Amino acid sequence: MSPVLEVADLSLHYVTRFGTRVQAVEDVSFQLEEGEILGIAGESGCGKTTLVSGCMGLYIPPLYRTAGDVRIDGKSIVGMTPEQNRREVLGRKIAMIPQGALNSLNPTRKIKDLAADMVLSHEERAERKELDERLRERFEQIGLQATQVLGSYPVELPAGIKQRVVIGISTLLNPKVVVADEPTSALDVSTQKSVIRLLFDLMDRGIVASMLFITHELPLLRHVSSSIVVMYAGEFVEVGKTEQIIHDPRQPYTKALMSSMLSAEPGQRGKKPVAIEGAPPNLALPIVGCRFAERCPSVVPNCKSKQQKIRILAERQVRCDLAE
Amino acid sequence: MPNEAYKFEARQLTRAYGSGKKLRVAVDHVDFRIRQREIVSLVGQSSAGKTVLAKLLLRLEQPTSGELYFDGQLVDRRTNPRAYWRKVQAVFQDPFSAFNQFFTIRSQLLASFRLFDEKPSRAEMEARVDAALLAVNIKPREIDGKYPFELSGGQMQRMLLARIFILRPQVLVADEPTSMIDACSRATILEYLMKLKQELDMTIVFITHDIGLAYYVSDSIYIMHQGKIVEQGPPDQVTQHPTSAITRQMLDDIPHVNREWIKRDPASRRGKLPMSA
Repeated sequence: MSPVLEVADLSLHYVTRFGTRVQAVEDVSFQLEEGEILGIAGESGCGKTTLVSGCMGLYIPPLYRTAGDVRIDGKSIVGMTPEQNRREVLGRKIAMIPQGALNSLNPTRKIKDLAADMVLSHEERAERKELDERLRERFEQIGLQATQVLGSYPVELPAGIKQRVVIGISTLLNPKVVVADEPTSALDVSTQKSVIRLLFDLMDRGIVASMLFITHELPLLRHVSSSIVVMYAGEFVEVGKTEQIIHDPRQPYTKALMSSMLSAEPGQRGKKPVAIEGAPPNLALPIVGCRFAERCPSVVPNCKSKQQKIRILAERQVRCDLAE
Repeated sequence: MPNEAYKFEARQLTRAYGSGKKLRVAVDHVDFRIRQREIVSLVGQSSAGKTVLAKLLLRLEQPTSGELYFDGQLVDRRTNPRAYWRKVQAVFQDPFSAFNQFFTIRSQLLASFRLFDEKPSRAEMEARVDAALLAVNIKPREIDGKYPFELSGGQMQRMLLARIFILRPQVLVADEPTSMIDACSRATILEYLMKLKQELDMTIVFITHDIGLAYYVSDSIYIMHQGKIVEQGPPDQVTQHPTSAITRQMLDDIPHVNREWIKRDPASRRGKLPMSA
C-alpha cells in the first residue's frame, strides 16, 4: 500500500522581523499509511506545529520551506500556490483540528454558517438545502444534537461540545489526513477521553483515513497512536512503535521526557518531580554537536563537538551515539 | 464563633447567578476548613464551580449566602480589598493575560510593590525582584528589557510565581497554574508550590482538573462536582479508596501507561514504522 502522506527530507525555517533565520525543522522524513495514527511528541517550541504546517503546504511568510518534499496521495504539494493549495489540498486532503480549538470559532456567527463555509469554500455549487441536510447528518453521526447545535452561537456551547463541533467541521470533507494539534490539552480528563473516542470513531467509520496527533503528553499517546516520533529542537530524536517509546525509550531526551510525567501512582506522592532543567538551544544560532547535550544527564565531552546522526537501534530510529 | 486556628473557614458558602428558570448555583452550600501551611487541592471537571470558589476566596465575588472567614474574620464587602490581597494572592491559568504586553516584565514585577502602603527603597525593591527571580530559577539579567511575549508559557508562569515570592502573601490561590504549559514543565511549577509552603509557610489552595497533580502536592484533596464538595480527605485515601462516583470516573479517565483506557480493536491500530525504507 502506498502511504497517504509522505514527507521526505523536509526542512523549514522562519525569518523573524529582524531578519534572523531560525531553522525550526531540520531534515525530517516519515510516512503515514491509511488507518494509522502517528503521534508527534516534544516540548513547547520543539517544532511540532511548524512541522505540521509544513505538511499542509502552508509556506506563508515568515515560514519558508528550506528543502524537501511533501506528498499527499502520491501528489507533491510543495510547488502549489497558496490559492491552489487552499482549493485542492486543505480540508479535502489534509485538515487541521487547531490548537486552542475552543477559541477558533468566530463568535459572531452560528455554527451552521461556520460549517457551511467549510463546504462552500470547496464546492461553490452546493445547494443550501442539500447542504443543511448534509451538515445535520454529519453532526448526528458525531454524537451531537444537530438541530440545536447548528442553530447555536459558539458561546452558547460548553467546551466539550465546542471541541466536537470543531472536529466535525474540520472533517466535513472526509480528509485523507487529519492533523490534531493538541486537541485535548485544554480539556479535563473526562472530556479528553470522549474527544479521543470521537477521533477513533471517525477513523473506524472511514471518515478520516489517517491522523497526525500532536501532544506533549506521552502517556496519552500510549493509548492513541500506533507509532511515535519524539522531536527535540527541530529534529526527530527517536522514532518507533508506541510500546517501544513508552515502555523502553533509548534516547536520553525521550527517557527524560517520560520521567518528567507525573501520575497518581501510590508512593509517588511528595517525591521530587524530575523536571528537565535548562532550555533547548537557540535555533537562530549555528549548533555544533548534539542539540540535547547541554541538558543531557548522560553527556560526555564528545557530545558537544560531534553532530549526532539518526541510526537504527533495537528496531527503531535513535539520534544518540551513546544510546544502547 | 469561627475558629482562628483555621486560615479559611467556609460555612454553607453559596454563590448563584441569575434567577428563576435561569438560576445557576455555581457554588452550592459548601463547608470546609483550611489550616495554615496546608496545600489543599480543589479538583473537579470543567464547570464544577472551582473558579467561582477561587473568586470567593479572593474576595472578587460576594457569596449569595453563607459565610467565609479568613483568620477568624468574616470576609465580605466591608473587608478592605488591598489589605486582604496583601494576605491572599492568586496565580491564574493564562500567564500571558495576567501581564500587560506593553510593559517589560521587570517593570511589572516592580509594580507589585504598589500593593504595600509603604514601598521599600528602590534598591531594596530591585534586590527583592532579583531574589524572587532566582527563587524560580531564572537569571535576573536574562529577562532585562524583555516583554511578556518574548518568553515561553512555562517561563511566564514562573514570572507569576516570582510575583508571589515578592509579595509573600499568607495564602496563595493557584487556579489551574499548570494547564496552559507543557507536561514537562508541570513538575517545575509543582516544585515551586511546595517550596512556597516549606520556605514561606504559605497556605495554598491548588485548583486543578488533574487529580494526578493534586495527589502529588497536596495535604488534602477536595473533589468538587456541580458546585458541591462531594468528597474530601488525604490524597492517599481519596485516590486509593474513592467513595464518590465522580472521583472514580476522574481517576479512571486519566490516560495511564499501564492500564487499558479506551477499548479499541487492535486490528484498527495498523501501520508499520514511519521510516522510509
